[in-house]
Amino acid sequence: MNKKQKKVLVRIIAAAVLLVVFSQISVNPYLKFALFMIPYLIIGYDILKKAFKGIMNRQIFDENFLMAVATVGAIALGDYKEGTAVMLFYQIGELFQSYAVGKSRKNISELMDIRPDYANVERNGQVEKVDPDEVEIGSIIMVRPGEKVPIDGVIVEGTSTLNTSALTGESLPREVKEEDDVISGCINMTGVLRIRTTREFGESTVSKILDLVENSSSKKSRSENFISKFAKYYTPAVCYGALALAIIPPVVNLLFLGAAANWGEWIYRALTFLVISCPCALVISIPLSFFAGIGGASREGVLVKGSNYLETLANTKYVVFDKTGTMTQGVFEVNGIHHNTIENEKVLEYAALAEAYSSHPISISLKKAYGKEIDKNRVSDVEEISGNGVVVKVDGKEVAVGNVKLMKRLNIEYTECSHVGTVVHVAIEGKYAGHILISDRLKPHAKEAVAELKRSGVKKAVMLTGDADTVAKQVAGELGITDVYSELLPADKVSKVEELLSKKGEKEKLAFVGDGINDAPVLSRADIGIAMGALGSDAAIEAADIVLMDDDPLKIAKAIRISRKCIRIVYENIYFAIGIKIICLALGALGIANMWLAIFADVGVMVIAVLNAIRALFVKKL
Amino acid sequence: MKKTYKIEVDCANCANKMEDAAKNTAGVKDATVNFMTLKMNVEFEEGSNPKAVMQDVLKNCKKVEDDCEIYL
Repeated sequence: MNKKQKKVLVRIIAAAVLLVVFSQISVNPYLKFALFMIPYLIIGYDILKKAFKGIMNRQIFDENFLMAVATVGAIALGDYKEGTAVMLFYQIGELFQSYAVGKSRKNISELMDIRPDYANVERNGQVEKVDPDEVEIGSIIMVRPGEKVPIDGVIVEGTSTLNTSALTGESLPREVKEEDDVISGCINMTGVLRIRTTREFGESTVSKILDLVENSSSKKSRSENFISKFAKYYTPAVCYGALALAIIPPVVNLLFLGAAANWGEWIYRALTFLVISCPCALVISIPLSFFAGIGGASREGVLVKGSNYLETLANTKYVVFDKTGTMTQGVFEVNGIHHNTIENEKVLEYAALAEAYSSHPISISLKKAYGKEIDKNRVSDVEEISGNGVVVKVDGKEVAVGNVKLMKRLNIEYTECSHVGTVVHVAIEGKYAGHILISDRLKPHAKEAVAELKRSGVKKAVMLTGDADTVAKQVAGELGITDVYSELLPADKVSKVEELLSKKGEKEKLAFVGDGINDAPVLSRADIGIAMGALGSDAAIEAADIVLMDDDPLKIAKAIRISRKCIRIVYENIYFAIGIKIICLALGALGIANMWLAIFADVGVMVIAVLNAIRALFVKKL
Repeated sequence: MKKTYKIEVDCANCANKMEDAAKNTAGVKDATVNFMTLKMNVEFEEGSNPKAVMQDVLKNCKKVEDDCEIYL
């Protein structure tokens, strides 16, 4: 609790004690009034002051005004105890609200506590502690165990384990060694690292993320806008309603029914009406729910750029995927060696040696699969045939490594591969030695991710890819996706998404999931763009509405479930608060509800709504 | 031009009022107040002087909600 809150707490306790004591003693009416004024003023002086200032500034209809009128009115009617109690409970409610908001504010800022305070820069052989902002690109920084990596860079010395959980929500630590890229915001756990920075602090991942999160709630959702509009009309409407309730029935009684006016009774009802009507439960709980939802999501590695996107995501019925990098790993790996006449290892060894001088992605994956040091002395007479492959001498033997065209060119009989992917044929001394299948791999959770999406109520999953039809069909089949469109250029992807957008219903939303780099146009065209594996990719962070910090496609379904929970809580609060208020207002007008029920309708509803809103923060088990 | 200011305000409704007050200040193109993060984002009109405009914003905010503060 802060100082302000503590002061209010002391006032609440003092007023409550006095109220209870004075209720027990019976004295003459004037003394009773004087006695009750003590707790009333202790607890209510600031509200009265604010209400007065509001009137002076012509800002009449606010909560302070409602409370001041209701309590002063009750006291004027001789209900000292009720008047003071209303003020007391109102303050208790306010205190609780400010405590709850402060608590969740703190909770969420702790989650986002990834801002590094300093960087250890090496200058002239000395290590200096400086502000990360002052570190230039290409500087060498040192990160000791327990410290945060302050700036993006490449490791020049050292190996360690990094904890990325603050960024990705992934608890599994990441092993890093020399020449690996590291991103800022990770916590170094084991070894000392020397890192050459590749970006300025302002451009580093950690700054981008903080910027995104801190500005996230400037985009307000429909429900939030509804509530602020609602509050604007609601309070004046209720005040006039109360005024009408205080005046019209007594006048009707007097003039038309010839009965007693019964002013006291109707004014009491009007005051009850005012107390019930206080809109704080709504006004606080809706933004609090969104805030908690966004905070909870970021703890799981799902960054949401605004509460409006949370709302859209909850209504997502169509999910369109990019293939490479989203559902597959986007790296090429040797997946098999077939129809070989010599051992697997030998085929791979010859292929890797033949490709020793090439840096093509295919050659790199061959060398990676071979896994051993390549002795370039064994390789000679390299002849590269563009678009076909390469013919070299390995240990004096002629080795041809390449595609079908190369085999045809050299008149070597080969076997077609029945699998999908890139096929590298290998021939030694003019004789076919077999072929190596290289293909992209599905991400570990890709299949589950599609199933999860369908389980969480997504109507249709569609896959778009620039890749060949056979590859696309095979991947889609493995994933269980029936709608697949292949061989698309980036512009075709946009028109395909537009086509899907025009087909769906008004309230159903379409999400596009891509890895960001070449998907930026589609990401911004879809109702909601989700970029994944965004660590380090600026384009993705910029273009997308929701950023998944790690590569796991399972997070898509999780993000949808988080948004659904948050929106459900928002609606619960709207219906619950407005519902209870309307019922109590009706009861108050009919004279059934007294001041005590009114206090519940005001403070009780607010407390329940705030507690409910905080639930949006808990999304771990979704 | 856009700037972000830290603010101090006690209730969500008051934050909404501050937002309205800021929006209606001359020289302000758009403003949003975020009660949860206690921040005010102000987008200024072309050619206006943010410092002078913010003084007016603060004055207007004080008018609608006495108990508020903008850290300029």
